[in-house]
Amino acid sequence: MLSCKNLKASIEGKKILKGASLEVNPGELHVLMGPNGSGKSTLAQVIAGHPSYKIESGELRFEISKINKLTPDKRAKLGIFLAFQHPVEIPGVSMFNVLRKARHSTNGKIKSASLFRNSVANFRSDLIGYAKELKLGEEFIRRSLNEGFSGGEKKRSEILQMMALEPKLVILDEIDSGLDVDGLKIVATAVKKYTRSNPQSSVLLITHYARILKYLKPDFVHIMMDGKIIKSGKANLAKQIEEKGYQKMGREVQYYDRV
Amino acid sequence: MNDTQIVTDNYKYGFNKPENYVFKSKRGLNLSVVEQISSMKNEPEWMREFRMRALSIFESKKMPAWGADLSTINFENIFYYIKPTDNQKKNWRDLPKEIKDTYDAIGIPEAERKFLAGVTAQYESEAVYHSFQKQWEEKGVIFCDMDTGLRKYPDIVKSCFGRSIPPADNKFAALNSAVWSGGSFIYVPPGVSVDIPLQAYFRINAANMGQFERTLIIVDEGAYVHYVEGCTAPVYSTDSLHAAVVEIFVKRGARCRYTTIQNWSSNVYNLVTKRAFVEEDGIMEWVDGNIGSKITMKYPSCYLTGRGARGEILSLALANQNQHQDAGGKLMFLAPDTSGEIISKSVSVNGGRTSYRGLVKAIRGAKGVKCNVRCDALILDEKSRSDTYPTMQVDEPDITMGHEASVSKIGEEQLFYLMSRGLTEVEATSLIVNGFIEPIVKELPLEYAVELNRLIQLNMEGSVG
Repeated sequence: MLSCKNLKASIEGKKILKGASLEVNPGELHVLMGPNGSGKSTLAQVIAGHPSYKIESGELRFEISKINKLTPDKRAKLGIFLAFQHPVEIPGVSMFNVLRKARHSTNGKIKSASLFRNSVANFRSDLIGYAKELKLGEEFIRRSLNEGFSGGEKKRSEILQMMALEPKLVILDEIDSGLDVDGLKIVATAVKKYTRSNPQSSVLLITHYARILKYLKPDFVHIMMDGKIIKSGKANLAKQIEEKGYQKMGREVQYYDRV
Repeated sequence: MNDTQIVTDNYKYGFNKPENYVFKSKRGLNLSVVEQISSMKNEPEWMREFRMRALSIFESKKMPAWGADLSTINFENIFYYIKPTDNQKKNWRDLPKEIKDTYDAIGIPEAERKFLAGVTAQYESEAVYHSFQKQWEEKGVIFCDMDTGLRKYPDIVKSCFGRSIPPADNKFAALNSAVWSGGSFIYVPPGVSVDIPLQAYFRINAANMGQFERTLIIVDEGAYVHYVEGCTAPVYSTDSLHAAVVEIFVKRGARCRYTTIQNWSSNVYNLVTKRAFVEEDGIMEWVDGNIGSKITMKYPSCYLTGRGARGEILSLALANQNQHQDAGGKLMFLAPDTSGEIISKSVSVNGGRTSYRGLVKAIRGAKGVKCNVRCDALILDEKSRSDTYPTMQVDEPDITMGHEASVSKIGEEQLFYLMSRGLTEVEATSLIVNGFIEPIVKELPLEYAVELNRLIQLNMEGSVG
């Protein structure tokens, strides 16, 4: 589904991604871990098409298309969704308006047939249903997007948008940071439910902590350091990271590389 | 997104109908033109003198140099009076076909059916169609065009006309006073609340023709009225001048709201003087949206003369290529315990220019005044410009005064966020702009809000990419 091959990307001349490679197939849940500044969020933003990042070399593919040069809206229409680590405030613009426009805009392009056959009224009641699942008040879909939301509300509102847009690839950029235990459970449960009812959809979960993995079982875990994915493995890799820490894991990788 | 078409060249309402006039004055302005207007209208002597005096004031005043660039107005190239049909038509059926066609094209009958209590639609210099719901007439509400008002209610008109905005106030008020024609006259008797907005549409439809409508609204003690005025105009190659005067008197405990959406075509000079006098415990609310015109200079004002009076001014300006919107408001605190607020939102795009110009004045003795001013500007690209000219003259120490201003650009992060949801750049930009002006749009009648949102998108389509 998603294929990054030897991606090198920079922002304002500063190299952040230094040859990152990653393959995600339909129905898989991948976890990307790594210390601060290792390039995890950059990878997410590059996949979603942030205009500030320049892809120097390498290839970015989604399904059959090369997407290196596509604008973010075209990538979204292919079925890529990024839940932001820091959702942006848009004064005076409600989530309902954004999602209705997005739905209109993506009409027939992404797979969420259930949304498109519904009228506006049904769409609204769908959104209210999603809000309830996430323990958000109904008024959330009417309020200015992210303005005055608490940290936890912002994260849950990102998940609400995911549920409404029904993407094929869900990138969750530190969805667990700033959430308390209850919030974490609500979010993880919603993501789990989503992957169950959309078995062909895949998730790329970026996180610092293993605690969310109590709820979401990864198929693959990757460690990113200094702009590269240095090690990939199964779920138990996350446990090793918890025990050893990134620096030690990094040194081991370097050591084994040399050997 | 490489489409660089400019919306102003593709004006939505840019059509015009064949001209069919009963009378058209010569171009240019002099004593005989003014006399001719007055005698065509069969006016009383005092009005003829008022016009004559105003003409000499107009001629003696210099062009204002402190605001937008007005140097290209050619007063000699303007028709000051055009009379489209012989008489006022009493109902829709009797209107000439091409006038009806024009109104159909901008949707007046539809609007009337759905929302309006009454319509005074000004075609050229004179109101040609005027309908009014019986229920208001029975309550003693007067709503007619200004010429009819002068004929039928000479005493009320004479006691107020030119009293809040005398001809000497400014050059364009003097011009209007000399050659005014049409506009609305409204009187709401004490205690009467007109709960459906009264609406009027104005339209310029003749090359080089000036529009000098004159509106007078008197809201008697404890009464309420909401007056809505919307403008759309066809495109012409030569410049048009629109210099209106709106005078409002809000008596004790009364409330008046005056809503304007101005969407003149991009060759029109829109130079309007609007002023309300507000007595004890009265409330005046101006909701003033400027989207069209080449140059607008307009600063609705509230003179708060009685204790506890309140004035609110919501100003919205959108400037596209070759447009300068110089807008804002004035609050004059002339009595104790008066309060007021100015909220201004401006958007400049594609090389357009907006200016906020505001005056807040509190005289000595106006104790306990509360005033809040907020002006926010959104600039969409490097070519566009926004300036703020706030003036405060406060001679009384015992007052509370707040002033906040912000200038922002559409952030890359906001755009990326919305585009990552699948919105195109135009859709995302329009949504952000609509969100920015939302605090004012939510005060508009529904059909105006809907049209305004469409206009914003239309403006963004020509500018993004």
